Formats: sequence, C-alpha cells, structure tokens
Amino acid sequence: MIRDALALAAILFGLGLVGVLVRRNILFVLMSVEVMLSGAALAFIAAGARWGQPDGQVVFLFILAMAAAEVSVGLALLLALYHQYNTLDTNVASRMKG
Amino acid sequence: MLFLLWLVPAAPFFGAVLLLLFGSRWPRKLVALVGAASIAVAAAAAGGIAARFLIAPPPGHALTLHLWTWFSTGGFHPEVALYLDPLSLVMILVVTFVAFLIHVYSIGFMAGDAGYSRFFAYMNLFVGSMVTLVLAGDLLLLYLGWEGVGLCSYLLIGFWYRDPANGRAARKAFILTRVGDTAFTIGILLLFHALGTLEIPQMLARAPAVWAPGSGFAMAAAALLLGGAVGKSAQLPLQTWLPDAMAGPTPVSALIHAATMVTAGVYLIARMHLLFALAPKVQMAVAIVGAATLLLAGCSAFVQTDIKRVLAYSTMSQIGYMFLALGVGAWPAAIFHFMTHAFFKALLFLGAGMVIHALRGEHDIFRMGGLRPVLPSAYWTFLIAGCSLAGLPIVTAGFYSKDWIIASAAGNTALWVAALVGALLTSLYIYRLIFLVFFGPRHMPVAVKPGLAMVIPAWVLAVLSIGGGFGRAHFAALVTQAAVGAESSALTSGLASLAFLAGLVLAWAWWKRAAVARPAPTFVERFWYAGWGFDWLYDRLFVRPAMSAAAIGRGDFIDGFYRGIARWFGAASRALSRTESGNLRWYAAAIAAGTALFLAIAVFL
Repeated sequence: MIRDALALAAILFGLGLVGVLVRRNILFVLMSVEVMLSGAALAFIAAGARWGQPDGQVVFLFILAMAAAEVSVGLALLLALYHQYNTLDTNVASRMKG
Repeated sequence: MLFLLWLVPAAPFFGAVLLLLFGSRWPRKLVALVGAASIAVAAAAAGGIAARFLIAPPPGHALTLHLWTWFSTGGFHPEVALYLDPLSLVMILVVTFVAFLIHVYSIGFMAGDAGYSRFFAYMNLFVGSMVTLVLAGDLLLLYLGWEGVGLCSYLLIGFWYRDPANGRAARKAFILTRVGDTAFTIGILLLFHALGTLEIPQMLARAPAVWAPGSGFAMAAAALLLGGAVGKSAQLPLQTWLPDAMAGPTPVSALIHAATMVTAGVYLIARMHLLFALAPKVQMAVAIVGAATLLLAGCSAFVQTDIKRVLAYSTMSQIGYMFLALGVGAWPAAIFHFMTHAFFKALLFLGAGMVIHALRGEHDIFRMGGLRPVLPSAYWTFLIAGCSLAGLPIVTAGFYSKDWIIASAAGNTALWVAALVGALLTSLYIYRLIFLVFFGPRHMPVAVKPGLAMVIPAWVLAVLSIGGGFGRAHFAALVTQAAVGAESSALTSGLASLAFLAGLVLAWAWWKRAAVARPAPTFVERFWYAGWGFDWLYDRLFVRPAMSAAAIGRGDFIDGFYRGIARWFGAASRALSRTESGNLRWYAAAIAAGTALFLAIAVFL
C-alpha cells in the first residue's frame, strides 16, 4: 500500500515540476508549485500511516500552513507583475540578468 | 601654566578635524572663525607659557611633558612627549604667532575661493604638524611632525588641483623632500642602533660618551640628518622644489617660507647641534651647503620675472644664511635669523599677495609698476620688509640677525666673503623687485583694494620686522643658557652696511636702464633664471631614466603573470554572469537539477 501511495506522490511531484518548468504564465507556475507540495505532503501522510506515527500528519499540517503563506506572497507578486508589465508571462520579468 | 603645553599642538589639530568633518556645511564666517581661532588659542597658550617660562623657569631650563607611551615593542618604547626648552619656546612662539597673522590675512585673501573650509583645514593641520615637530621630545614624534608638514605642503601646493601644473609642482615638492626624508629615516635608525634611545635630551647626553669627536658613526649620523634637513629646507642639492611650490595660494607660500616647512631643517640641526659638534667635517659641509645655496639662489632671484619666484629664491638664500650659521656652530644666530626672517618674509609674501590680489592674479613684475600711490599699505609694508631683508643698518631686524651671522662666520674667510656677497645680492634683488613693482609708470589698473583683514596683519608684521631684531644679546643668553653675547664687529657691520648700500645703488642704476629698454636676457641670465640648470640636470639624470625604466618594466613577465590571472577571472566572471539570465524557469530547473544531483549522490554513493 505504501508503494502505491509513494508512487502517486512521486507522479504528483513530477507533474508539478514539469508544470513549473514549462509553464510561462505565473499563475500556472504557482498552481504547479501547489501540486508539488501536495505530492510531498502525500508522501508524509503515507509514511506516517505505514509506521503508525502522528509525525506525518503534523508535518502535513505544517505544509498546509506554509502553502497558504506561499500562495499569499505568490499572488501579491503576481499582482505586482501584472501592474508592472500588463502580462503574467515570467519571461518578461528578466531584467535582472547579469 | 606650563602644563598647558599640550594645547599648542592640540588646538590646531582640533580645528583641522572640525573643519574637515563639518567645514563644508558651515557658513564661511564660522569656517574663518574656527580656522583662525584655533591658531589664536595655540598662540595665546604659547605666549602664556613663554611668560611663565621667563618669570619662573623650570629646573634646568627644560621641561618634558610625558603624554603617553606611543607603543611598546621589545626594547623600544617611544613616548609621545613634549619637550620645552628655550629653543623650542622661541620656535613655537614665532610659528604660532606668524601663522595666526597669516590665517587672519587668508580670511581676506581666500574670501571668494570655493575650497574655503578645505584651505583652513589644511592650514591648521600644517601648523599643528609643525608645532608637533618643534615640541617633540622624541625623534620618532619629531619624524611624525616632519612627515605631517611634508603632507600638508603637498596638499596646499596642489590646492588649486584643477590645473595639472599645480599637481606636478605638489608632487615635485613631495618627492624631492622624500629623498631627504629617506636619509633622515636611516639616520634615525642609526642613532637608535648606536644610542639605544630616541629621546632627544637623552640622546644628546649619551652621544659624546659613546662617540669620540670625528668618529665615523657620528659623521654618518650627522650626514644623514643633514640630508633630511637639506630636503626640507630646500638647500643644495635638493632645492629645486621650492620655486615651483609657488603654485599654491600666496598665504600658503607665506606659511611655508616663514613659519613652517622650510625652517624645519634649520630647527633639526639646531636641535641636534651637539651631535653636529661631534662631526666637524659634516658641520663644515652644512656651512658650505648654506654658503653655496645663498649665492646661487641670490643670483637666481635677481633675474626672475615672477614676483613670488623672486621671493622663493630669496627664501632659499636666507635659509642658506641660517645653514651657514649652523655650520660655523652659531646656532643661536641661525635661530635668531629664523625669527626675523619669519617676520619679514611672511610680510613680503603678504605684500606680494596684496599686489597679486589687486591685479587679479598678475604675477609678472614687468607688467606691474607704479603701484606706490594706489596701494600705500602694500607699498609701505613691502618696503619695510624689503629693507629688513636687505639689512638696512641700525633700524631693521634683518640687519641685526644677518650681522650676527656674518660676524660668526669671520673665522673662515671664504664663508665670510660669501656671506658679505650674499648681503649685496640680497639688497640688489629685493630693491630691483621693489622698484619694478611700486615705482615708475603704472601698466595695469588696480581691480580690488586689500581689505582690513589683509592690511592689519601686514602692519603687525611690519612692526615686528623693525623691532624684532633688538635685544639679541638677551636672546643669545636665553637660548644657550650661558652668558654669551651676540658676536659682532665694527668691521663686519661696516662692510654689511656697505654691501646693503651698494646693492641699493646698483639696483637703482639697473632699474633706470631697464626702465628705458628692457634688454634681451643674456646666456648667464637665462641660466640663472632656470635656477642654474638643476631642473634640466635632474630631468636628464633621474626623471627620464626612471620614466624609461618604468616604460620597459610595463610589459615584463611578472606583469604578464598577474595580468593573466586578472584576465582569467574576467573570463570566468563573464561566463558565470551568463547563467544569471533573469529567467525564472531556468532558475527553477537549475534548482531541480541540483537537488536531483545531490540526491543521486546521497543515494548511490
């Protein structure tokens, strides 16, 4: 059972990562990050259930709180980006290149 | 009262720090107030100390004020200590008082200058360094003041730094005096090695016990100190920086020539005169250097066309007198001449400054003329200072001090004749200058008249140029602490007076002829004008070889190695900066790849 759960978690994480890398719209990048977080959280839950420990669920709650914070910051950045450039394309905001 | 001695160097330094930190934001009046008041405090403290010293002298007529130990390493504990004896007392009195008058004058002279607070900060620093040099009880502290004076002269000669020529003049002064300073440094090390201390009173007490008169060590140490003194005091062969140092503002020239900097060498030799007495040959060399500089500079002064350069060569020649006196062992005469010279030379520069100011920066004396009725204060003060410089008999200070030196040199006929010829030359060039600038037809309109801030200090100095020479017997008794009078003889005084008169008459005759038609300069005049070709010689001997050697050394393998390192880092930096694309997704990919890499390492290895 743990095998299936971890496989699902890995797939979720991989999907999220691919989304982050290929998507140019910052909104979809943020959503992909959420998917990655879900994958990681699922792995913790599965591990917690396998060894009968509460730690997995505790960490899941932490991840939930962190994700909420991340989304608020991310959305603020999104709004700022839109105000600045009138687009959500992250490639536009590449002025800080070396 | 005597414990206030620390105030004499501290007040100018404090003023300099205040002006450097806040001066640029202060209104000009406050800058002028702080700049002049700090020197006034120092001068007042020096005056109070002098009064106290004369009424109730400390035991042994000397006082050492230990402030703190500078540093302590091995067997070497140099102290920051101030040493006051009659010699340093005279020096600080003259330095602070003349510097105060020059500061007051500067308030008027520099009124429109953009670097007003910078100017006063440097001037205060200059005075502070000089007073430190004079009061130092330890040769190392003296060296600190010595270098401080050199630094300030560099800063002030190059004060108007926008003109590259001024920067060149400043560098020349700095580098040439540095040649002497190097000799001085080696001399200090040698003295420490042989005597085991750098405290001046102790050194001078130990030296006769360690060295027999004329021993090689004593000669070497004295010769090295002479090297330092020659550089700072602009004597042969390191004299070429002084005429170029005229690039600075005129009050700076007055300060350098009268109170600080060039007299440091004279002070050093006077301070160490016991050491020089142990090295008779070096002492003779001091006298010869002085006599040679005296004559060479006197001739050069006679053919200059820039009013300030005449005065610069005049200073060289007068310092030559002081060296001559030091060389024949008459150091009280040298210090006495230093004092009267400080008064009249400062006044000559202040007068020249008034003329230059009034003519909007004109320096050429052949374009001046006829300024006597329009600038009466400048004329009278300049005339008084000129008479004092030339040694107008009986009434001027310069006569008495010069007479003392010439009489002291009577033991050696060659030096004595040189001193007398020098007196003739002095009279000749200064009256030539006075006739050209103040008499005859006027060539230029006067733009501005000097204000009170410029006129009052000049008159105070004029009084001192007349009255500063009386009581030289008391002076000799004070500085030597022995019942010796000033040497003088009727024959010498008579001949010196004759030399003065001859110079005056010759200058008049020359001016009458030159006023009709200015003759083309002869070869000798051009040679003298260029300062006896020393600049030309040094340029060929040192400057050009050094420059070409530097040009060859530019592309050698050591430089190639370090340039290669620099190039490699440049390339690496450009390559790495390309990874900073600013593209968010690339960063995310790099993070993911890096994480995957480290996970792989952790799992599989």
